[in-house]
Amino acid sequence: MIGLSHYLVVSAALFVLGVLGIFINRKNVIIILMSIELILLAVNINFVAFSAYLHQVHGQIFAMFVLTVAAGEAAIGLAILVIYFRNRGTIAVDDADMMKG
Amino acid sequence: MNPTFASIAIAGPEAVLTAGSLLALMLGTYGGGDRALKGLTWVCVLILGIAGLTLLDDPATRQYAFDGLYVADGFSAFLKVLILGSAAASMLLALPYLADVKTGRFEYPVLLMLATLGMCMMVSANDMLSLYIGLELTSLASYVLAAFHRGEARSSEAGLKYFVLGALASGILLYGITLVYGFAGSTGFPVMHAVLGAQAERSLGVLVGLVFIVAGLAFKISAVPFHMWTPDVYEGAPTPVAAFFSAAPKAAALGLLVRVLVGAFGPMQVDWQQIVIFLSVASMGLGAVGAIGQTNVKRLLAYSSIANIGFALVGLAAATPQGIEALLFYTAVYLAMTLGSFLVVLQLRRADGAPVELLSDLSGLSKVRPGLAAALAIFMFSLAGIPPLLGFWPKFAVFQAAVGAGLVPLAIIGFITSVVAAYYYLRLVKVMYFDDAGVAVVSDGGRTNGAMIAAAALFCSPIGMLAITPLVAAAGRAAAALYVITG
Repeated sequence: MIGLSHYLVVSAALFVLGVLGIFINRKNVIIILMSIELILLAVNINFVAFSAYLHQVHGQIFAMFVLTVAAGEAAIGLAILVIYFRNRGTIAVDDADMMKG
Repeated sequence: MNPTFASIAIAGPEAVLTAGSLLALMLGTYGGGDRALKGLTWVCVLILGIAGLTLLDDPATRQYAFDGLYVADGFSAFLKVLILGSAAASMLLALPYLADVKTGRFEYPVLLMLATLGMCMMVSANDMLSLYIGLELTSLASYVLAAFHRGEARSSEAGLKYFVLGALASGILLYGITLVYGFAGSTGFPVMHAVLGAQAERSLGVLVGLVFIVAGLAFKISAVPFHMWTPDVYEGAPTPVAAFFSAAPKAAALGLLVRVLVGAFGPMQVDWQQIVIFLSVASMGLGAVGAIGQTNVKRLLAYSSIANIGFALVGLAAATPQGIEALLFYTAVYLAMTLGSFLVVLQLRRADGAPVELLSDLSGLSKVRPGLAAALAIFMFSLAGIPPLLGFWPKFAVFQAAVGAGLVPLAIIGFITSVVAAYYYLRLVKVMYFDDAGVAVVSDGGRTNGAMIAAAALFCSPIGMLAITPLVAAAGRAAAALYVITG
């Protein structure tokens, strides 16, 4: 029988993968955007699992809002990435080092 | 009355800002485009003013709207006045800069207004859902604003860094919200307060969730150790945008942090007090030490804002109504000081027309522009907390609140770091007054900016002490309103 804890473990694993993807990846900003989506996915799994467990609808409504905002966030992230690429000609993470100190 | 209309009436400022920002977008698109920037900016300032007027008829009592998602009380009204005021100032101060660097696009005031709408929602949030929506509305508009100077590599890099780290912080915050939702059974602040207060033993899930939520919000106020983005974004973003980032969003996120910790996690005060003390000490320390080696004025002001957030958090660490009152007082004065400093930097150009960025560009400023040099000196002395100036009094208030709550070591650390921080503030004054004029600095910028500098300098000068009594009284009423049901 699959219970609440199974969902929580999957979601925690996805969350950790997403965070690691942001910090370990040194190559490509697109991978960072994918990692952010992974984090939000983990959040949504948590919300829906808790919502079912508590017999409430609040968590599922929250998940819908998170989905919507995630779409907007991805659109803005890609737009910023495009102007960054136009200026620099690269989207490698290690090259984003014009400012330091 | 229909419950929806009744709710909209309570959420007056947000309703005005929503309609106003859509109207401004239409005006910009169909009414002249980028040439209409100046007129559109004044229209937006007018809309912000109308939103401020709707706060006036606010009754002293606490009012809920939208089925408990939204709350209007004295606390939110106080912060909304600060947010609307500094947002209006950030709109106006950008006009000469945008005209000069040829990025004068009409979206600037519209984006600022959307960010302001998000900030007003943040301070009125009474549920994790409205907290998240307000926070994201502010953040998404801010990411675009940071990259507003889209032809310049540094601006787009600032936008990219801000976006990646901001999205990560939102993710961490959301994960914390899910855990608290699961273990407390609700996302509404009053219910969470009641549930947590009734639990004899706190589960680990709620504690982890609390830590995640505080971490996500600490990013938004740029408290150490979540400050990494601040110097880079301030340096890369256009200067008026950096001025905006240092003012209104800080006030809104501080207010949100206070509302969440006191309103929702009040029964867990022992747990979050330790986290806030750590954030406060780390921010004060790193803000003071990190700024010493800086040669860029914008980076220096970024570290200054990190340190100031640390001082404001001392008031929250005290976790008493006196502490919250001191925090609100500190925020109000800090907004004037930081906006004033950025205004002076914005007024200056090098002889070749490039904006002033390096500390060495300011050398000998007192001989070329004595008025601006005097104003900047007042802001620096005030930020350093030298007694007769206004900046001293809120620092004194937060330390007094910390001592009153038995946190004497925290107050001593705060005192030491403010002495260390005085070094770099005074170094800027030394560069302006005692160094030989290196690069010729010419000033430009309209009379509006000059008037705002004069007003801010007057407020921060000893004359501003006349404003202390009404300001502290208003902050006290706001703090008391926060504790109405939770206390």
